[in-house]
Amino acid sequence: MTATIAKRLLAAIPVLFGLSIIVFLMIALIPGDPATAILGSYATPENVARLNASLGLDKSLPQQYLAWISGVLSGDFGRSYALNRPVIDIVLERFSATLLLAGASLLLATVFGLLAGIVSAVRQFGFADKAITLAVLVGISVPSFWLGLLLILFFAVKIKLFPASGMVAIYGGGGPLDILHHLVLPAITLALVATGVIARLTRTAMLEVLRQDYIRTARAKGLTERRVIFRHAFMAALVSVIPVIGIQAGFVLGGAVYVETVFQWPGIGAMLVNAISQRDILLVQGGVLVVAASYVLFNLLADVCQTLLDPRLK
Amino acid sequence: MSGAATTSDTGAGTSGKERRERPSTFALILNNRLAAAGLAVLGLIVLAAVAAPILPLADPNATDPANRLAPLLSEGHLLGTDALGRDMLSRLVWGTRVSLVVGFSASLIAALFGSAIGLVAGYAGGRSDQILMRLIDLMMAFPYILLALAIVAILGPGLVNALYAIAIVNVPFFARNIRGITVGLARREFVDAARLSGKGPLTILWSDMLPNVLPTIVITLSTTVGWMILETAGLSFLGLGAQPPQADLGSMLGDGRKVMFTAPTISLVPGLMIFLIVMSINLLGDGIRDALDPRLRSGALARPSFRTKVAKGRRMPGEDVEGADLPADAGGGVHPPLPAGNSPARGEIDGSGTSAAADLPPCGGDARQGRGGLPGTNTSSQTATPVLAVRGLETEFHMGSEVYHASNGVDLTIRPGECLGLVGESGSGKSVTAMSLMGLVPSPPGVIAGGRVGFKGEDLADAPDKRIRALRGGAVSHVFQDPLATLHPLFSVGDQIVEAIRAHQPLFKRAAETKARELLDLVRIPNAAQRMKALPHELSGGLRQRVSIAMALANDPELIIADEPTTALDVTVQAEVLRLLDTLRRERDTAVLFITHDFGVVSEIADRVAVMYAGRIVETGATDEILTDPAHPYTRMLIDCVPVMGEPERRLDAVPGRPPAANRLPPGCAFADRCPRVEADCRKGEIGLEDERGSLAARCLHPLAPGEALAGGPIPDGAGSGRPSGREVSP
Ligand code: SF4
Repeated sequence: MTATIAKRLLAAIPVLFGLSIIVFLMIALIPGDPATAILGSYATPENVARLNASLGLDKSLPQQYLAWISGVLSGDFGRSYALNRPVIDIVLERFSATLLLAGASLLLATVFGLLAGIVSAVRQFGFADKAITLAVLVGISVPSFWLGLLLILFFAVKIKLFPASGMVAIYGGGGPLDILHHLVLPAITLALVATGVIARLTRTAMLEVLRQDYIRTARAKGLTERRVIFRHAFMAALVSVIPVIGIQAGFVLGGAVYVETVFQWPGIGAMLVNAISQRDILLVQGGVLVVAASYVLFNLLADVCQTLLDPRLK
Repeated sequence: MSGAATTSDTGAGTSGKERRERPSTFALILNNRLAAAGLAVLGLIVLAAVAAPILPLADPNATDPANRLAPLLSEGHLLGTDALGRDMLSRLVWGTRVSLVVGFSASLIAALFGSAIGLVAGYAGGRSDQILMRLIDLMMAFPYILLALAIVAILGPGLVNALYAIAIVNVPFFARNIRGITVGLARREFVDAARLSGKGPLTILWSDMLPNVLPTIVITLSTTVGWMILETAGLSFLGLGAQPPQADLGSMLGDGRKVMFTAPTISLVPGLMIFLIVMSINLLGDGIRDALDPRLRSGALARPSFRTKVAKGRRMPGEDVEGADLPADAGGGVHPPLPAGNSPARGEIDGSGTSAAADLPPCGGDARQGRGGLPGTNTSSQTATPVLAVRGLETEFHMGSEVYHASNGVDLTIRPGECLGLVGESGSGKSVTAMSLMGLVPSPPGVIAGGRVGFKGEDLADAPDKRIRALRGGAVSHVFQDPLATLHPLFSVGDQIVEAIRAHQPLFKRAAETKARELLDLVRIPNAAQRMKALPHELSGGLRQRVSIAMALANDPELIIADEPTTALDVTVQAEVLRLLDTLRRERDTAVLFITHDFGVVSEIADRVAVMYAGRIVETGATDEILTDPAHPYTRMLIDCVPVMGEPERRLDAVPGRPPAANRLPPGCAFADRCPRVEADCRKGEIGLEDERGSLAARCLHPLAPGEALAGGPIPDGAGSGRPSGREVSP
């Protein structure tokens, strides 16, 4: 088993390598003079010169990449010119908030998506199935940045149940309960699409599995229908749903951009948007790299879970 | 395609949907109410957006500070005004126009480049395919929106740049889907033919491949275009797309957010519009996908329920509850199978009116004495009351408006310790009949439309679910055909046996495990303790089937229903498993219903045989007698098809012709079209199962005399040649 996991880990290395090249190329691909683009047209000539030197723009691309990646590997992503702080500090600080939000959303999406999918499949063509199918369609069609506003207007403004924005209360906030309180609305907003997608695919997977011969065997053994569905059918369906959950991790991490903006959640997505508007390219680069790498690891995790569940995949 | 006939044997019964003339795609979409609604809403929105310049709208950019933040329905401003006093309705229509143009353009660009990449990669194969697909994989390794952000970061904020960004991140979806289809197409003959005719690769891609991948492109487009509209709006919302004074729905929403608490409608209305657009596109997209992708058409994935549906007005055979005591081989003679559509009332009159039933003593254990004993069975089974007494069983498959009569009035009787072989070609209804007993025929589409399933005097078709569950795996267990498919792939075999035990016996896990190990020993699996932990795919086919048998024996059943248990195994293993099953059932005096298409197998294990054709028993009798001198021509042909040493190619499918479609059964003898002895009267009316010589009963007007060959039959060497080994048979 460890060998399998090690193999998957090794397979992730070229992907991470490819990611780093693409992210690195972001600077090279900028039309015109990167230093001016990064620093803006009001930059002083000294700053431009300094940046050009630190980016090593006079060297060949492979050399530049080597210099950059060795910096990245030792935790040096360069300096944010807009915020005048090391990129790595900002990124790590912001990323932890995003991870909390995205993790909570993915958890919600997985639990409710699986449940809705199972119910939908078991009650195929019944009322519950139709209701869930329609709800799923609505869920994947709602713009999260609009849903966020609706939730704020209702839950924060109208009935004042949850805070409208931020991660902690300004006065005396910061405890886990306080963070949880702030987390509810953004997490639900972010989870909606992923829940819909997971529910949809769980339904299909369950319907596929329920027609298999081994389900007939389980019934022929005299097992209760509950056991047939939740153990025999669900476990088999889960094998094909897990990669979908892995992919949804990517949508949740990316979709966090909108939700963080709407709820002013201090995550990496909101930071990226600002950095892009301010052309703070090194910060964008660092942020994109970290989020993309974490997504690769997420998928790796899903892969390993799938293998653990279904040893035939070895 | 005769649906039930081809699929009924596996019990799946769903794949063989009739392929009638297909309505046009457009009609299919319109038939889907939700998709039609989506189309209507989208149509209206697009119409308004297209007509924006000629609609009587205010200038969307004309500011009017005196009139700012006017509420909904205020005079001259139906949707109010925004923070600069601009008319919201006008801005909404114009913004929709921009959003639609940008979203659709992004989709078309993504479709164009993605499809091109997919086509080239799939057609070229080899190196170029690998490189292209690695690049695509790499793009997909980025979280979707993040990649778009990175692209905007490079190109700088702006509506057109946002359009490019969204288009680029959607390219991989098209590339992957199209490549998948293209790879399959590139190997087809028509492409070879095009290549041989000297067409260049570009011409082939354009004129031969593209038309075939077009549906896939349309499906991918219909499922992604909503997303792309949403995402371009999203980028504008973040301030990275449309820049003022240009406005799309996303940037309107983003602007409105600043006054969200004072005038919420300014942000909510554009959001609602985005939602309506995306929702209607998704509804329409689902409709398109269902219409273009036949695999997903509803019904193809119907979920079988816990138990086969039993029709409310189930047709009942004659009133002979004691009929359980009838000799099995007389059953059909007593109750001529009811033609489909017969009312229950008539069925009863028919049943009680038959002379054979009247002849029977009310509780006649010895009624069958006159017909001779059952050679080859032990005496206890001759006198005991039957374990199973099926009467007039009718199982149908309802698909659309078609009704397939898979099991069409079947009578079966099995006594304790007896093994009845139920024989027939695939599609004869034998498996459906067997699976009907415990309600394991998938519903939908299966329906038990008539008859009685007597199990020790109890009618199982009537029994409550709870009772059925208690019997399943308890008193009645099953062994299925392919143990790789019928054992759960993710659970260890020990676990699965333990589960079977604990479903019926109040044992702790430990005790159940010990019992499971004993069962594995019993079915002669070496190293039982170790094998307990094995997953099904880690065992050989023979061992797997032994596990199935162990599972079937777990709760000391009185009846085992074995559905082609040896068919998936190779010949030597087949013989071993057969011997094991035979020994065990004799040791434990367990009754067995053994379904097979192979008379060779029948001769090894069955005491009696019932031959099925087109949903009916056409001949029954003691195994020896049937094998030696069957009365029914069909039986004769089946027996003659058993492989003989040195002639391996002579197999069952050598009976020429095909059985009639189970939804269009002919009047009279269903075998008439394939029968060498057919005469005009065969096609006239119902033919009953009549007693022939010895223990035989056959449903034939011109039965074979003892030793008679099939004159003009397809197998000229006639009687006596194709004998299966294993039982001494003298002509
Ligand atoms: S009834 Fe006629 S057609 Fe049917 S099997 Fe007998 S001889 Fe053949």
